[in-house]
This record gives sequence, C-alpha cells and structure tokens, in this order.
Amino acid sequence: MNRREFLELIAKAGVTASLSGCQTLGDKNGSGLYALSKFGQARVLHITDTHAQLMPVYFREPSVNLGLGSAKGKMPHRVGKNLLSEMTEVNPMLSHAFTYLDFTEAAQRYGKVGGFSHLATLIDKLRGETDGALLLDGGDTWQGSGTALWTRGKDMVGACNLLGVDVMTGHWEFTYDAAEVIANAADFKGEFVAQNIRATEDAMFEGVDVFDEDTGHVFKPYVMKEQNGYRIAVIGQAFPYTPIANPSRFIPDWTFGIQEENLAQLVEDIRGKEKPDAVILLSHNGMDVDLKLASRVPGIDAILGGHTHDGVPVPVVVKNAGGNTIVTNAGSNGKFVGVLDLEFGRAGVVGYRYRLMPVFSNLLDENPAMAKYIRDVRAPYLSTLNEELATSESLLYRRGNFNGTFDQVICDALLEQLDSQISLSPGFRWGTTVLPGDTITMERVLDQTCMTYPETYVREMEGQELKSILESVADNIFTPDPYYQQGGDMVRTGGLGYSCAPRNGFGERISDLRLRDGSLINASQRYKVAGWATVGSKSAGPAVWDVVADHLRDKKEISIDRVETPVLKGITNNPGLA
Amino acid sequence: MKTNFSRRWFVKGLAAVAVMASFPGAAFARATGAFKADKTNSVVNVLFGDLPIEASSQITFRLPDIAENGAVVPATVATEIEGVTQIAIVIDENPNPLSAVFDIGESSVADVSTRIKVGKSSVARAYVKSRGRVFMTTREVKVTIGGCGG
Repeated sequence: MNRREFLELIAKAGVTASLSGCQTLGDKNGSGLYALSKFGQARVLHITDTHAQLMPVYFREPSVNLGLGSAKGKMPHRVGKNLLSEMTEVNPMLSHAFTYLDFTEAAQRYGKVGGFSHLATLIDKLRGETDGALLLDGGDTWQGSGTALWTRGKDMVGACNLLGVDVMTGHWEFTYDAAEVIANAADFKGEFVAQNIRATEDAMFEGVDVFDEDTGHVFKPYVMKEQNGYRIAVIGQAFPYTPIANPSRFIPDWTFGIQEENLAQLVEDIRGKEKPDAVILLSHNGMDVDLKLASRVPGIDAILGGHTHDGVPVPVVVKNAGGNTIVTNAGSNGKFVGVLDLEFGRAGVVGYRYRLMPVFSNLLDENPAMAKYIRDVRAPYLSTLNEELATSESLLYRRGNFNGTFDQVICDALLEQLDSQISLSPGFRWGTTVLPGDTITMERVLDQTCMTYPETYVREMEGQELKSILESVADNIFTPDPYYQQGGDMVRTGGLGYSCAPRNGFGERISDLRLRDGSLINASQRYKVAGWATVGSKSAGPAVWDVVADHLRDKKEISIDRVETPVLKGITNNPGLA
Repeated sequence: MKTNFSRRWFVKGLAAVAVMASFPGAAFARATGAFKADKTNSVVNVLFGDLPIEASSQITFRLPDIAENGAVVPATVATEIEGVTQIAIVIDENPNPLSAVFDIGESSVADVSTRIKVGKSSVARAYVKSRGRVFMTTREVKVTIGGCGG
C-alpha cells in the first residue's frame, strides 16, 4: 500500500471528525491525528520504555491486565472495550493503538508503530508548534534489541542525542556494568537523573565515585529546565527494585528503593529553594506505585510514568495534601508520545492538557538524519538480524499477565531443545509482535530475549520448589499494596499447567500444578526444569536466543494453537480481563 | 550548609569511634536470653517483662519495603520520645526474632541504624523503652526471589 492509498483508507474509516476538512491529509507533517490546538505556555513531551526499538514494529496491547482490590476496574487495569469506554474520543486508529481488539486485521490496515526516525518527525513537529518543548525519557531505552546489546546501549545514547532528549532516568540501563552506565550517561547530552539511587555505605567507604559526596546520590536527583520563561523541575525516579528484579552483580555498589520520605523532602526543598513554576516526577516506578506515591507525596504537579508499559489515554488525577497530581503512563516500544501542555497562573500550574499520541509510522515521514544514523548503526549487524528462521501461522506476542503466544514459542523451545519436562520464562513486558504469515527473523527473537543475562539453565527442582517460585512471582504482581509489587507479569510456563487465584494471600494463590500429560505435580518429586535470565548468579547454558533460533530453524513453520495460561479462580467481571 | 567534611569522611569517622566504643557487660548479658528466644512474645517477655506495649506513631522506623539483600537489610529507628534507654528491632518470621538491642543513655539522641538479617517476608517491629513504658511501631518487609521485572 502506498502512502496515498493508506491516507484514503483512513479517511474512509472516518479516523477523526476533524479530518473531514482533509487539509491536513496531504500535510507531510502528519494527519489530523497529530493536530493540536494551542494550549498553555509550556509543553513537555514524554517517551518511555522504547526498549531500543529503533525501527518501526508491531506491538499488541494486553488482553489481560488484572487490577485487584481497590485497583479493580481502575486505570491502568482495563483492557479492550473496557479501556475504550474511558476515552474521550474513539476512532478505529485510536482503538487499534490502545487495545488488542482485532489486532491482526487492524495492524495490517494501519501498519507498524514507532521507529525513531518517525518519532523524530513527530517530536520535531510537536516542538515546532510551541517554540520548543522539553523532551523527557522515562528509561528502558538502552535495552531490548540486538544492536543495543552489542553496542552496550551506545546506539540508543546516540539516537537519543539526535532526538534531543533533555532528561532521562532508568531501569534496564542498569543491567550493563556500573562503569558502562556511568560512561553512557556521560555521553548522553541530556541529564540523567535519579533521586533514589545512592551508593551503599560500604561503597562510599571504599571510595566509589558518586555525584554527591554528602548524600551519596550516584546521579543528579533533579534538574531545573526553562521552557518559554517558565522554570520546570524534573526529578528522576529510577525503577526502585532494580537490584531485586535484575541482577545486582552489575551494579553492586548502588542501592535503590522508592525512598518516598526522601522524595517528599526533595520536593519541599525544590519548592523552597528553586521556586519552580512546575514540579514533574519522571518516574520508572510503574503506574500502580505512582498512583500510591501521588496520594502520599504532595507538591508534584505531574508524574510522567513508565515501567508497566500501560498506554493510558487519560491521566489519572490523584488528590493529596498539597492538591492534585496527575499520573500518566506512556506505553512502550516507541509506540506513543505523551504531550503535556501546561497553563501557568500566579501560583504555578493552573491547567493542563494531556494527549497520548500513537506513533503510526505510515503517517509520519522519516527524519533523514535519524534514518541515516539508524542505517549506519545497523549495517554491521544486518546479516544476523535479518536471518529468516521460520514463518509463523499465528499472531505472536508477549504482553499480558500470563503466557502470550511468543512466550509459548520460547517455552516450547526450552522444553524441546534442552530436553526438559518443564520450562520457565520470565514475565517481561517488552518484546514486539509478529503478524500471522510473517517471517520470524533473528531480530524478532532478539526483541523478545535480548539482555545481558540471557544464559539458560537446566536443573532438577522438587514440586514444592516450583510451587514456591510461582507463589513468589504471583505475589510480586498480585499483592494488594503497590509498594510491594515489582511491575512485571507472571512467569511463563511450558509443560506446566496450574490454577491461579490472584485475590488470595501469599502462598495460597497457586494450586493444581500439572504436567502437560495431566498428571499432578508431586511436592517431593524432582522434575527437570529449563529456564533463562537467572538473577542470582550467571547460568551455564547457551544464550536463550540461540536456543529459540535453533528451535525455529528446526520447525520452519510455527503455529501456536494452545497457550499454557493458568485456570483463573475468583476473578469475575474484571475489566482487566478480556 | 556545606562543610569541609563530606558524608564519606563523616562515615569513616563514625567507624573509627565505633571501634573504640565498648559494650557495658551487664546490658550484654541481659539481652542474651532475648536473642535466643524463638518467638516474638518470648523476646518481649524477656526484654520488657509485664510492661504493656503501646502502639506509637512517634517512632520513625525505616526499612526497605522489599529487601535488596535479605542478609543485610538497613534498618533505622528514631524517635522524639524523651528519656529513651532501650531500642529493639524484632523480625517476627526470623528463627530468632530479636535482631538488635541498643541500650543508650537517657539523655542520648534516640536515633540508631544497623543492618539486620531478614529470612523471609515478615512483620518487623521497633520497640522503644522510656521511663518504664514501652512503645512500638510495625512495618512489613518483603523478601522475594528476584527476576521477572518488566
């Protein structure tokens, strides 16, 4: 489909009412989807969790994103039609961007999303409308692709410099060695901020380098930015549980945590000392943690959030002792740009407008400089990335609380290639989508697996150990207090079925564990289990992408007709379940 | 205010002072039984006898929500309550719940920090004894297998 046909098609689909004038359709700067009237005096743009996807991709939003207790039915725990009902404006393209509904057909119609050269075009347009804008990046930028791993995140530092990112914070950034993180942060032309990363006292004693000798902060906690004469404080909040969810061996001298009390103090100090017109928290907490934080820490105008990869079209307004704080989450994989326009009065922010704009690659021309940069970065690796491993008859995706179809491919590969009875695969939220009929290239496998601790293991586990792993991960997702959650999804299983009662307490959610042949798992019997991404110490086996690639080369055609997702108990009428 | 002494030098100085400090023998002996107790109730019994335990919002008890490493969990107890002579930290689920006891002079600033072990997710308690009364606050600390972060 060429560009003209595509535009005619979306016009027929009645994309937006404002398109009927059609004057924007021929505009190379985008379509009506990207038209914004003027609002306020300063603009803040937000990208997050791009996971190093320099090229346009497909990304299917989840059909299972359970909210429990007071989070039931609240954003971000709504999927499909239950999410669309929260939006102020719905059209077929927006519906496709924000939900899994009719995914394959809509993806074929509207094409890929994201890609840094298309992102650059949109960001330039958004900047041009307002005499500049602040561009914030919530992190998970340096990990998620082959080229990011092979260049140790440097390809993304270069791309972000070209994009003109002003401020960033991080999470997967810290899965490179500390010295590499520091070097990349130094190469980054914007500011890397994190109020909640400090050197441990032991490391301070040993003389490790830090940003602030008095406080132990490894990075600047915040930065002041001026926008059209208004002073905006941007505080960094890195992922608080990095040394738990990811290996601490890469960053042994650093300690994290939510550090709510320190944040509250910092906000108070900034308000007193800097007299800012607005205070923004650039957060990698995850949406549920941000919502709780917003209710307890006054003085923040907006929390621009990431980590949980929720494409939240309408910000949540949270009341606290200081007034209101708006909380957003801006999706993943370069699929969205958050646009926050701020209106100022005498006492700071008096109004705002927020749009989460989907980045449809077909609607946005490539930025030539960025396109060239990306071509150059990828050139040495193209033969590896483009290797055609198999074709898929099924839609392959990961995102969702339980096994996605691409997880099933990985779990099956571990079972077959490593000759095991059971396989376990982590519930990451990154990983792109493959459409039915498409070729699975090595690049798509790397999208799902690329990281600095990819080694596989095969070992014997007792039935009770398996149950205890599932219980522990389930608690990290479903425990009611967000401060005790970690923000990933449930561990994926191969060859192992079970029942899950998310609303039960710790140790009581998982039952009825069975092998694929239907026989019950015995607590004291030993089973041969394969897995990858161990957090404790480095495993001995081959990298998971090689295991999956071998599996795909063997199969040549992939068809997933059954996903090993658990039997859910105690979940009724939940808007987070399709 | 910026001084010539960075926090790093301050910490080093503190460590040097700590080496020179010595424990009063009597207090050490008194706490031994409490450290051997295997239930929170028994710990409280040995330390505080029959004194009633009063829940208090005047105690600041800092502990990570989720421990980065259960073997060394930083813990801080501080209070504005006056006349504090003893501070204790208890982890219910540990095989021996009593983690630390601090005997301090009545005119000392009641603000202590240490590292404790936490074997598994647990209720954590901070006790503060002052002038014949015992105050307590609780927190939850989670110890979890890692991995699966988004």
